[in-house]
Amino acid sequence: MKTVNIKINGEPVEVEAGITILAAAKKMNINIPTLCYHSDLPAWAACGICVVKLENSPKMMRACATPVAEGMGIITHDPELHQIRKTVIELILSTHPNDCLMCGRNQNCELQSLAANFGIREQPYEERLRDLPKDDSTPSIILNPEKCVNCGRCANVCQVLQDVWAIEFVGRGENTRIAPAADAALADSPCIKCGQCSAHCPVGAIYEKDETGKLLNAIRDENKYVAVQIAPAVRVALGEAFGYEPGEISTGKIYSALRRLGVDAVFDTNFSADLTIMEEATEFVQRLTEGSGEIPQLTSCCPAWTDYMEKYFPDMIPNFSTAKSPMMMQGAITKTYYADKIKKSPEEIYSAAIMPCTAKKYEITRCEKMYSSGEQDVDVVLTTRELARLIRSAGIDFNTLPDETADSPIGKYSGAGTIFGNTGGVMEAALRTAYNFVTGKELPEMNIEAVRGMNGVRSGEVEIEGKKIRVAVAHGMANISTVLREVQKAKEEGKEPPYHFIEVMACRGGCIAGGGQPYGTTDEVRAKRIAGLYKDDEKSEVRASHLNPEIQQIYKEFLGEPLSKKSHDLLHTKYTPRPLYQI
Amino acid sequence: MNLEELRKLRDEQKQSLSRRNTDNKDIQIIVGMGTCGIAAGAKDTLEAFIQELEEQELSTVRVTQTGCMGLCYVEPTVEVVMPDMPDVIYGKVDPEVARKIVRKHIMHKTMVNDHVFDRPAADIVEEGGNQ
Amino acid sequence: MAAFTNFILVCGGTACESSKSDKIYKNLMHECESQGVRDKVQVVKTGCFGFCEQGPIIKVLPEESFYVQVTPEDAKEIVSEHIVKGREVTRLLYDKAESKKRAQIDEMDFYQKQVRVVLRNCGVINPEDINEYLGRDGYVALEKALFELKPDDIIEELKTSGLRGRGGAGFPTWMKWNFTKQVENDQKYIVCNADEGDPGAYMDRSTLEGDPHSILEAMTIAGYTVGANFGYIYIRAEYPLAINRLKIAMAQAREYGLLGDNILDTGFNFDIEIRLGAGAFVCGEETALLRSIEGERGMPTPRPPFPATKGVFDKPTVINNVETWANIPIILMKGGEWFSKIGTEDSKGTKVFALTGKIRNSGLVEVPMGTTLREIVFDIGGGIPNGKEFKAVQTGGPSGGVITKDYLDTPIDYVHLQKLGSIMGSGGMIVMDEDDCMVDVSKFYLGFTVDESCGKCAPCRVGGRTLYNILERITEGEGEMEDLERIKSIAHATQKASLCGLGQTAPNPIISTITYFEDEYKAHIKDKRCPAGHCKKLITYHILPDKCIGCGLCARRCPTNAISGEIRQLHTIDQELCIKCGECYNVCKFDAVYVR
Repeated sequence: MKTVNIKINGEPVEVEAGITILAAAKKMNINIPTLCYHSDLPAWAACGICVVKLENSPKMMRACATPVAEGMGIITHDPELHQIRKTVIELILSTHPNDCLMCGRNQNCELQSLAANFGIREQPYEERLRDLPKDDSTPSIILNPEKCVNCGRCANVCQVLQDVWAIEFVGRGENTRIAPAADAALADSPCIKCGQCSAHCPVGAIYEKDETGKLLNAIRDENKYVAVQIAPAVRVALGEAFGYEPGEISTGKIYSALRRLGVDAVFDTNFSADLTIMEEATEFVQRLTEGSGEIPQLTSCCPAWTDYMEKYFPDMIPNFSTAKSPMMMQGAITKTYYADKIKKSPEEIYSAAIMPCTAKKYEITRCEKMYSSGEQDVDVVLTTRELARLIRSAGIDFNTLPDETADSPIGKYSGAGTIFGNTGGVMEAALRTAYNFVTGKELPEMNIEAVRGMNGVRSGEVEIEGKKIRVAVAHGMANISTVLREVQKAKEEGKEPPYHFIEVMACRGGCIAGGGQPYGTTDEVRAKRIAGLYKDDEKSEVRASHLNPEIQQIYKEFLGEPLSKKSHDLLHTKYTPRPLYQI
Repeated sequence: MNLEELRKLRDEQKQSLSRRNTDNKDIQIIVGMGTCGIAAGAKDTLEAFIQELEEQELSTVRVTQTGCMGLCYVEPTVEVVMPDMPDVIYGKVDPEVARKIVRKHIMHKTMVNDHVFDRPAADIVEEGGNQ
Repeated sequence: MAAFTNFILVCGGTACESSKSDKIYKNLMHECESQGVRDKVQVVKTGCFGFCEQGPIIKVLPEESFYVQVTPEDAKEIVSEHIVKGREVTRLLYDKAESKKRAQIDEMDFYQKQVRVVLRNCGVINPEDINEYLGRDGYVALEKALFELKPDDIIEELKTSGLRGRGGAGFPTWMKWNFTKQVENDQKYIVCNADEGDPGAYMDRSTLEGDPHSILEAMTIAGYTVGANFGYIYIRAEYPLAINRLKIAMAQAREYGLLGDNILDTGFNFDIEIRLGAGAFVCGEETALLRSIEGERGMPTPRPPFPATKGVFDKPTVINNVETWANIPIILMKGGEWFSKIGTEDSKGTKVFALTGKIRNSGLVEVPMGTTLREIVFDIGGGIPNGKEFKAVQTGGPSGGVITKDYLDTPIDYVHLQKLGSIMGSGGMIVMDEDDCMVDVSKFYLGFTVDESCGKCAPCRVGGRTLYNILERITEGEGEMEDLERIKSIAHATQKASLCGLGQTAPNPIISTITYFEDEYKAHIKDKRCPAGHCKKLITYHILPDKCIGCGLCARRCPTNAISGEIRQLHTIDQELCIKCGECYNVCKFDAVYVR
């Protein structure tokens, strides 16, 4: 490692060459205040709060964007810097509504923290708010440009991390704001509802559509039987809202909390993740051995990804697995198989899902296949953040809750189901089962290291019966186009496809870092949450979907076999090309 | 185009353009172009000057026109102003004489004696004439 | 070859074109034809002469008759009198104010102190004819670069010349080139910044219109020097004439093998593409400009990385402004040594200024660095018109500051301007007289930067607007003394915490006017009075009883009928109705209206 010698606030230190002043200061436990900077993104250098002084230079530099250089002398804090930072914060505050009490980000707002830390008690400059309408056109997220501080994180996430380009800066000067091109509504834009914008917003300018009221109303309704499912990624993140470390598993406490909220049955989406594997692995094996469909097969459990594909790569529709996402499968069987068991009709059941994801709010009505039970299969989706609020407002002391178990027979899960929540997990789960479907044997080593890790695109080979299966995993939407272009190129040139099976998750790290997860997600947090899910997998009784006894039961009692007619009716969906803009 | 072609073209252009350039042009031929002058053939004279200067590749000479110099009886009249030589007004300058003025007066600093109208001091004429 | 006896140079710059110089050109051609002198006269449409105050301008050679304010109807007389009969059209000549004698071009005060390096071909050649450029030693520098010099020699020559960037910051040009040269990369780019945006500045436009080949030649030389074979000219779409001439020049250069593949049979390839900007001022900032070339929104990005190592499409890029480029060919031709003799110790060469405002001879002025402001304003510019008193000059456009009477003898170069709290900028120079209110002036400039801010960084976006609103309050008589403190802290934060030059320099006009004219601010705030009599909310118009003869002219002109009075009786102004348009003041022939 190449290093450079620098001085920070007079103290000499040797740091890695090429890192930013901000990172170097952090290594010395010096916090330089920031607002627009986010570790997920290239430094945008907009807010001007992280300015520092360099010795022998009248200019101030942005710590977030300036790399250290040999011999650099940096001053991170002094009265002048304090004054400048404070003035900049005051200026930003002069254009920001001060209705903190009624803001979704109250007590969890980066601007609020800055104002608090700098002890701002009055507004010295005239207040100039922008009277701009909210965009609540999508079922997932709300954009409130009035609160926007133009830090650029959302636009950069949307463009750099996700390659979606739904939102961007429009207007200039003080009229600069975030909006889709040509001021289209978000719902009519390329937006894939992944909600990464909302997860990265430092203030309350983009946030999930709050639907906690819907669930509460259903619980109040005596004629409704409320069944709630929780997604894999929720169990390693919800706890953060109650002081747990990221990655600590709190599955049992979540079941418990939901029951205390008054729901009638608690299920686990991990169960239908196993179900998804049964269908998807069968589909894959058939495509591979019988040529029943296009290779490579693409996973389809991420609704943001399916939306992206329908908009940006409609030519790849035949490659998609037709299997619904675990959440939608769970909804469908809750209102059919389970409803039968408890002698209820589908309309008497209210099916709710706790998801790490904002796109899931969109998925539940995305096409007519989402009503396979005859009713809307999933009635409402709440994000992890919304559930945390519900638990708090219900006065539930989360930390002292007992660990409970999910309801049966659609609540038990395998280790394969739980790792659906992180990048590489779906692939690993599918391979564990596909191996069995082809060979009749179990994988000698359940951990498939080739598909694990945080690289944006990972690929590897797995040998099944002498046949080498080439697989790829991509996460963070911007990474998928690289893989898909490889596929398209091979197709154009009439070559064998470079991969047989590709897993895609729209969000970096997978669902554990979804747009609906607790704020403050960084790569460090992602790693911890992923480790939590792998730990959940390791300690599971069974680690492959086909070994889950409740899965075996549902096929025996209800579905018959994977890809049966019933499966097709309830567990599979279809895709349609969609225009980027609907204007 | 290669280097040689470029240089050749540039040289050609330089010459034709140099007459537009008034810097370093310390020699001036002023042709009287009043009605009388023109009637006496001053246009042909002017043309002859320009052609001859072109042929002799003299780029530091500026040919300008002026109105009637008041010496209508010896039109076309021409005044030549240059360093190291007295200002001279020539009369009855036809194209032939014009060429002579360029070759003798301008190139060899010798006056074309028989056409000098405004005679400077005799010794200079003498001196020039004897050369 | 036709032997021309006369040359008529018609200014084809944008300013003269807009006053019908194109029509003049056509009429002259027509007249030469019909008066039978077509083969004796060459009519040339050239670039800007710089003396825009008096346009349209026509120069007739070899007599060097400098005709000003020519109309298309004058063409007939110019041909019949001057060309056919050899008599100058006296009424069109630019007369020196003192004597009625015809002014020869190098004797005119306007041109006398100027040294034309950048503008050497402007107003001399036909910019649409590559042959004319060749005839003025065009492409000699490229020839020298390709056949005689090694890239390092060229950089050495630039270093000797002391040339610094003319775009504003004044960074040594050779260093920029050298950085890019030293970076290893298979693809590098050359960029010409022609996104001239300072209010009142148009030297780049004139250079491109008058001498487009010099820019192409310079960029090609840079390509050869640093190892790039593609260049972009980023020019605003509002410069159609310049764009058109560049296109013509590029086509001709390609045809001659001076641009494109295998230049002059050397195997060196270099081509150029024009990118049109939509006119955002911030796109003159180099990183924003590069983003705009890439097709992105024109927003500045942090430096480092500097364009020299990571520029357009993340490739090493040499980016210079038009005026800098225009200096390159002549430096290589005449040598860095020659260039370094012009100008001052640390500012070499000349600088073109666009002299405008309250000045007699507005126009483009090229002077050696170190020329004093007094020479520019009074000798070249002819001083302040209408007997008014000089108050200040704003240099550096909206990023600069004012220079007051006390500093008129300061030599104009990078160092001295900075010391005075202004900057060289791209060379805008706006002269102000006693009628200009300094609070209003800084409000004007701030208004410009507030409008043109890209909105990216908070200090500029919010700070600029907040400052502007404070100034607006002050000019409306609503200011308070605390405002001065507010201005100082916002200005400081904006200067230090803005990302790009636009934001960092936006408060300069306000800071420099407060420094030199604090009393004027205080008069507005404390006394609710505008000393220059400019700020409408703070002034009232009155009629002096002893001067008013009751002619009634003011009353007839008043748009709101605020003035009443019987004919031959004293008139009075109803302050309730008066909208302070100043029309009464302007029309009164007896100086009976005054401002309080």
